[in-house]
Parts: sequence; structure tokens; C-alpha cells
Amino acid sequence: MMANYRQARWAGDALLEPLIFELGKPGRVGYTLPPKLHEQLRIPKNLLREKLEIPELSEVEVVRHYTRLSQMNYGVDSGIYPLGSCTMKYNPKVCEELASLEEAAYIHPYQIEDTAQGALELMYRLERCLAEVAGVDRVCLHPSAGAHGEFVAMLLTRAYHKFKGDGNRTQVIVPDSAHGTNPASASMAGYEVVTVPSDARGRVDLKALETAVSERTAALMLTNPNTLGLFEDEILKIAEIVHGVGGLLFYDGANLNGILGKARPGDMGFDIVHFNIHKTFATPHGGGGPGAGPVGVKGKLEKFLPVPVVEFDEKRKRYYLDYDRPHSIGKVKAFYGNFGVLVKAYAYILLMGAEGLAEVSEAAVLNANYIMRKLSGTKGYELKFDSSGPCKHEVVFSVEPLKRETGIGAKDVAKRLLDYGMHAPTYYFPPIVPEALMIEPTESEPREELDRFVGALKVIADEARRSPDKLRSAPTATAVGRLDEVKASREPILRWKMYHKHRA
Amino acid sequence: MGHPYIPNTREVRGQMLKEIGVASVDELFTDISAKIRLRHKLKLPGPMSELEVKRHVRAILARNRPFTQILSFLGGGVWPHHIPAHVRELVRRSEFLTSYTPYQPEASQGMLQALFEYQSMICELTGMDAANASMYDWATSLGEAALMCARVTGRRKFIVPALINPERFSTLQNYVSGPGLELIKIGYDSRTGQLDVSQLRKELGQDVAGVYVENPSYLGFLETHVDKVAKAAHEAGALFVVGVNPISLGLLRAPGDYGADIVIGEGQPLGNPVSFGGPLLGIFACRDEVKLVRQMPGRLIGMTTALDGRTRGYVMVLQTREQHIRRERATSSICSNEALCGVAAAIYLASLGPRGLRELGEACAASANYAMRKLRAIKDLKVPIFDAPHFNEFTLNCDDVGMSVAKLNAELLKRDIHGGKPLRGEFPELGETSLMCVTELHTKEDIDRLASALAEIAG
Repeated sequence: MMANYRQARWAGDALLEPLIFELGKPGRVGYTLPPKLHEQLRIPKNLLREKLEIPELSEVEVVRHYTRLSQMNYGVDSGIYPLGSCTMKYNPKVCEELASLEEAAYIHPYQIEDTAQGALELMYRLERCLAEVAGVDRVCLHPSAGAHGEFVAMLLTRAYHKFKGDGNRTQVIVPDSAHGTNPASASMAGYEVVTVPSDARGRVDLKALETAVSERTAALMLTNPNTLGLFEDEILKIAEIVHGVGGLLFYDGANLNGILGKARPGDMGFDIVHFNIHKTFATPHGGGGPGAGPVGVKGKLEKFLPVPVVEFDEKRKRYYLDYDRPHSIGKVKAFYGNFGVLVKAYAYILLMGAEGLAEVSEAAVLNANYIMRKLSGTKGYELKFDSSGPCKHEVVFSVEPLKRETGIGAKDVAKRLLDYGMHAPTYYFPPIVPEALMIEPTESEPREELDRFVGALKVIADEARRSPDKLRSAPTATAVGRLDEVKASREPILRWKMYHKHRA
Repeated sequence: MGHPYIPNTREVRGQMLKEIGVASVDELFTDISAKIRLRHKLKLPGPMSELEVKRHVRAILARNRPFTQILSFLGGGVWPHHIPAHVRELVRRSEFLTSYTPYQPEASQGMLQALFEYQSMICELTGMDAANASMYDWATSLGEAALMCARVTGRRKFIVPALINPERFSTLQNYVSGPGLELIKIGYDSRTGQLDVSQLRKELGQDVAGVYVENPSYLGFLETHVDKVAKAAHEAGALFVVGVNPISLGLLRAPGDYGADIVIGEGQPLGNPVSFGGPLLGIFACRDEVKLVRQMPGRLIGMTTALDGRTRGYVMVLQTREQHIRRERATSSICSNEALCGVAAAIYLASLGPRGLRELGEACAASANYAMRKLRAIKDLKVPIFDAPHFNEFTLNCDDVGMSVAKLNAELLKRDIHGGKPLRGEFPELGETSLMCVTELHTKEDIDRLASALAEIAG
């Protein structure tokens, strides 16, 4: 197998495409505006701007610059993107087209409801679809992202216990394999975080959980399948333990792609569920966002949901926004959610249907198991936890044996994968696996691509023995070589002017 | 039969199962106990062909009336503006669109550089030294700003103007509920609507972490005494936080120039569609002081070099503030943000440049001014209710017409005009008042049409 990939690289004097601030010339414009009205403005002098130092470019230059930048960026449309827990699946183009329609993109959230019935209906229908997928009663579409959904879930948890007059529940339990957003969201909502360890099988240690829970437990936050790609098969017991002390069970939906149509968090005992729309429901991640992180709840939590809730008036046959909810926690962001993203998710659900979504999970889980079986046994990589049964949507290998043997660890392996034209898996996560490579192929990868991926990892293990320097200096086929991240944070250069000052 | 998004056909999947020694796909799910295995097929619509989905979704959306079809004067936190065609085209480049958070910087230089440019331009606009790569929206930026003020100062009170968008205030309440910060509302001058600086001075003590104002305010007027507010806040050792509509900043002074320590705002109007209120773009920027920058929430992109020490490149920096490293001690739980909306903002700003943004600001303010003059001339309408300079939004009061805003708007809608946002529920003391917004989308004829419709309805 040859590493003959080459990413585009546009280079100026600094050996990379110039910054937009280094392009253009005074007087150039990249816009046109209709003539303005001649009016005497009343803006006082102390509020008038004197100068604004942003670039001046023609439209041509702007388009070339950002087209070049896009070419130095790897996306799902470029190739395999097996980032664990990120579910980087293909994003159907038709969804994009629909969200861009004027009837979706050019409507205002404060429009009189009669002029926005379509938007309300779409949200109403999407809510029911998501509730069915997760086995919950109601879904709030407001949260902008997964972590935002988690935060909202924690606010709902607090409102629930407070309503019951149970003010002493100050702790939230989080397994040591959890995403960092879980403890961070719990802590933002004012909770003390209690971490429980995983057992030798890579699941929540039930004994430790039993010890950790008490009348102070507000909730357990759990990802299932967990970040090792393993199904928490004792979930009913876990639910019993948490509910037994009066706590709630929160489902982190990051890994829902592994169980679509096979099992539902609501049936496992979860009280609150969040969805990562930009993972499971195929909306693009846009290099960091926007995503959407709706939150679903069981009936007992419904009255606390943020306002407004979309309802349907049977008599008048019209959809409306219900703000009259006295127990609501209020607002968690402006308006009603990332509507543009929700349109795409709804279109995706229609495209797939129940059969399609179940097939997604089957194919995604098979792809992960295929990688697990094809790679296991390769000297240098090992599975740290239970490998007797199947994994779900992702598999976590440890590069520890290779590191011990050659000094080459997960990061070097990941960087070298880029040279083969493949995005790297998540590395060093979850933290309970030393030298972790967390691989989530999704259902979007054909078998040939999986073979190529496994093949590359095998070749890289050989390279680690034969020519370790090649790995330490990887990647070389990307727009830039390995970057100095330590220097970047020691003296952060966060804007063009800081760079200017820095250079002078 | 194959599936367009699942390349491995059932036949190939069968071969793969065989190859890894698994008898059937069901065997891959045996770890899910029978007690919780879903026994029924999910009750969902579909599957549909692409064509059917298009028809179905279009049919639903057709029940919306976009502001390209009716003349709308809605703003109030998101504002319709013209988006140059190339901005939309560039942000839809699939290399940007379908990438994840740039965890592998070497393969993600395009996104990282575009975000670095976004941060840099936001700094220029706001007069701040460091901007993050985005928050969810203005409301959540405000929540994060209050939390940051409390972390930096070790104090527990946060001051806001009484005339704040109640939805934004409610979001703020939820954000500060964790550490239990106390929120204090400062009243306004009944003539100008502007923050009551003497009341502010009375409230300012050694326990105040931050003072927040919006400029332009929620109701469109300008806070002209911001220098005084900044001074008062700083004398009490509090941080000064300013919320902005960035479109105004081609024309208006940068908040950093009048003493802001943190600037937040809604970046949507910078090249992003209104989209029924989301996705939006939370602006978050602060002064370059170690104690501030290290307490910032969210992702920061920084410049560095490759290990050769020469080739310039970009990476995520100061990640030890963030949840994936710091977990429960992180400055915020935010992970996914609104990066692509930030890229749109960068492209938009680079296209307008200083001249374009100034002209646009002037055009919006001039049209709003014209609209205020025209509407004020209509008998029984009070426009605006506050005597202060305004940017592109203003209030319209119809108490003397003897008609509610709801009724007035219903009448306007019959004429294919969407009136402003009713404020009665939010500020009952303002009577029958609505919040109107005018941008470069409105022609003189549009405004004249509104004026004659209102004259007809009120008369």
C-alpha cells in the first residue's frame, strides 16, 4: 500500500495561503448596495466610528481566497472520516437544498403564526419522529448542540427535583468513560460531579455505582453504547440503582447511531435523552457547527421544558407556540432552535424511514465490527476491554503495545493516516484507554474503504518498526506538516494584529 | 437492492459477516437484552424517494410566507439583510460544510484559517483583542459573559438594563442559575429609554461582577452615555460588557473604544439567513489580558508554525480551558458551536470591507430615519416612543389609535405587510407598542407603502 495522497496546498510567502488581511488593496470592494436615502442622521459624535481596519477586496479575490481555503480542508465528501463518537456520516445533498429554500431560510421567528404554519408543522412533526426514535414523550428542539442539550437536561433535572421539594440533590454521577461535555454541563448547572469507574468489561462498575448513589444523587449521565463502543448491557440494573435512590437517568445521544430501531433509551429507563442531530441525523457539522441538540423527556418532566412548545389546535387546525407553561424553566437560547438544521434532519428521516434507520445501525455496527475483527491480532494494536462479544457503532484500539515496542504512539499513527488520504480516528480518548484510537466508520463507508483503512493501520505498524521517523514527521501530504501546538498555546496569537506585533 | 447512503449492499454485508465469523446481523445486537430490544418497527413516515421528500417538505414549507413575499418589518434580535450570492455559495463548499471540528489541524487548515480570519475581523469591529470561534447565539453569549465576569472578579452580582429582550434575560437567568449569581435590572430614563446612570451608580458596589448594556439597545435607540457607564463600572471594579448588532459597527464606535472589557452580540446579520431564528452566531470577544483570555468560554484558534519553524499554520489553542481536557472544571461545556456561521461572517465582512459596512450602516440608519419621519407624521401614532438617536430599529405606539398592535398588525397583514413585534407582553408599561426594523432590504417605496397603509388603518 502506497501513501500517494496529496492535499491541495496554496502557498504565499509564509508557505501557506496568505491571510485575507494580507490580500486586497485600498479602494477595492466586493459588494454593491442600492443608493441610500439622504437623511440627516442623529448619531452623536462620541458614538461615531473613526476607522475600521478590515480588508478591502474585490469579489473575485474573496471567492478565490475562500475557495483555496476550502481546498485545504478535509470533509466527509473528501473521504473516510472515522472520528469516534462524532458519527461523520454522509450528508445527503437534497436536505441542504430544502433548508436553503426561501420558505425555510427567509422566515422570521416573530412572524404571526398564520404566516409560519409550515415551520411550526415541520417542527411538530420532527418532534414526534424524534420522540418515537428515542421512546420518550416530548422533545424540545431548542438546544443548539449536544453540550447545550446536556446543559438543558441538567436544568430540567434540577427543576424536577425542586418541584418535588427535593432540594438536597447536589450530585451528578458520570462514568470515567464519559465525554468531557457531561461533567462540564453538570458543573455549569451547579452540580458536583462524582465519577464512577468502568469495570474490566468496559462497562459501568455496578458496585462502584451502588456506592456512589445516595439521597444526594440528582442524576446519572450515561452514553449507551458507551465511548468504548460497548453496549451497557446491565442498563436495567443501572436504572434500578439510580431510580432506587430517587435520581434521574440522562441519556447522552452521541452514540445513538448504534441502536436505531434496535432499542430505545426510553425503554431502557432513561428519563431525559438528548440527540446529536448533526451526528445521527446526517446534518453536516460545518467544521464545528451549527448542529442541533434536542432534548427528549418522559411525561413526568414535560411541564419543565423550555418555552415555547409547538402545539396543534385540533379545532382550528392550526399549529401554535405555547408559552403558557407555568412550570417551564424558561428560555435556554433565543427563539426555537436551529431551524435550518432541523429541516435537514426531518428530510433525512423521511428519506430513511423506519427501515432505513434500522439498516443504518446494522450497517454502521457491522462496519465497526468488521474493523475490530480485521485489525485485532495485528501486532501493535490491542483491545483493552471486553472483546468477546460484538461492539456497536465504534471500536477503541490501544496503540500501547506498539508504543512500548517502537516508541510510536496513537498520535503518530493518527497523523500518518492523514498521509494515506484518510481522516484520523479520535485519539487519546476515552481517557481510560492508554494510547487510544477511537474508530467510528459509520454506515457510509464501503467495504473497500474499510479494507484500505485497516490496511493502512497495518502498514503504519510496520513503518513504526522500520522507519519510525517517517511517522514522527507525519503528516507530509497535508497542506502543512505537523504543527507546533505547544508553541501555539504558550504565546497565543489569536488575531492578525497580534501576529503583526509578534513579528515586529 | 442498494441504498444511496449505505454503500454496502445486503449481499456485501452478508459476505462481511461471514468473513468475521458472525452468523447473522442479529448476532451483532445480542448484547442488547431481549427485555429492551425493540419489538416493533419504529412508527415513522417514509422511506421516500428523493423526489417524494422534496415534494413533501416543499408542501409543508409552502405554508410559510417568507419576507421575500411579504413586506416585513420584523427584527428584534435577528435581522433580515441581503446576503451576497458568493457568500452563500462559498459556505456551502462541501469541504467546509462536511468537516468536523478541526481536531486534525494539518488536514483542516482551510477551516482553521477562515476562523482565525473571523476572530481577527470581529476584534477589529468590536475593538477587542481576542474573539472566540463562536457561541450558540447572543443570548447564550450573554449567559457565558456573566459567568465569566463572576469567575474573573470572584463577585456574584450582574447588572443588566431593564429594557432587555425578555427571552435573552430568561436565557441569562438559566445560565447563572448554576453558581446562583444575582441579576439586577437597572431602570431607564422615561424620556430617552437610556440606562439610568444614577441608579446604576447606586447599585454598583464591591459585589458587582459585571455591568451589561446593549448598543443599539433592544428597542433600537442608542445608549449615548456609555462612557459614563464604563467609568462607573470600572470604578467599582466590575467588568463592562457590551452587546451589539455587528451591522451597526461600520458606523458606530467600537465598544472597546468606550471601555468595554467583553463584547458579545448576534452575528447572524453578517451573511447568515434569518432561518426562523436559527442557526445563529454568538459573538464573544474580550480584551487581551491573561486573566480574561484564560477565562473565556469556547474555542479559540491561534496561529503557529509547522515543526519546521517556518511554515505558518493554525490550530485550536488554550484547550486546557475546554471540556474535553478540563471536564467539570472547564470554563464552559460548549463543544459544537456555530463555526460555519462564523465563516460566513468572515466572507461577508471581507466582501463589504470598511467602506461597505459603513455605507450599509448609513443606509439602514437613513432608511429607519425616513421611516420614523413618515410614520410620525401619521395622526395618533407615536414614533419612536423614546427621544434618543436610533440605529435601524424603533418603536411605534398606537395607544391613541384605540387599536391594539395585534389588531394593527392583522390589518397590515391583509395588505401583505408584516408589522413590528408587539411589545405589550414584554413591557406592559409601554402600552400598545411594537418594535419595527428597517434594513437595506426596504426601499423608499416599501416604507411609503407601510406609511400609507398605516394612515389608512389609523385614520
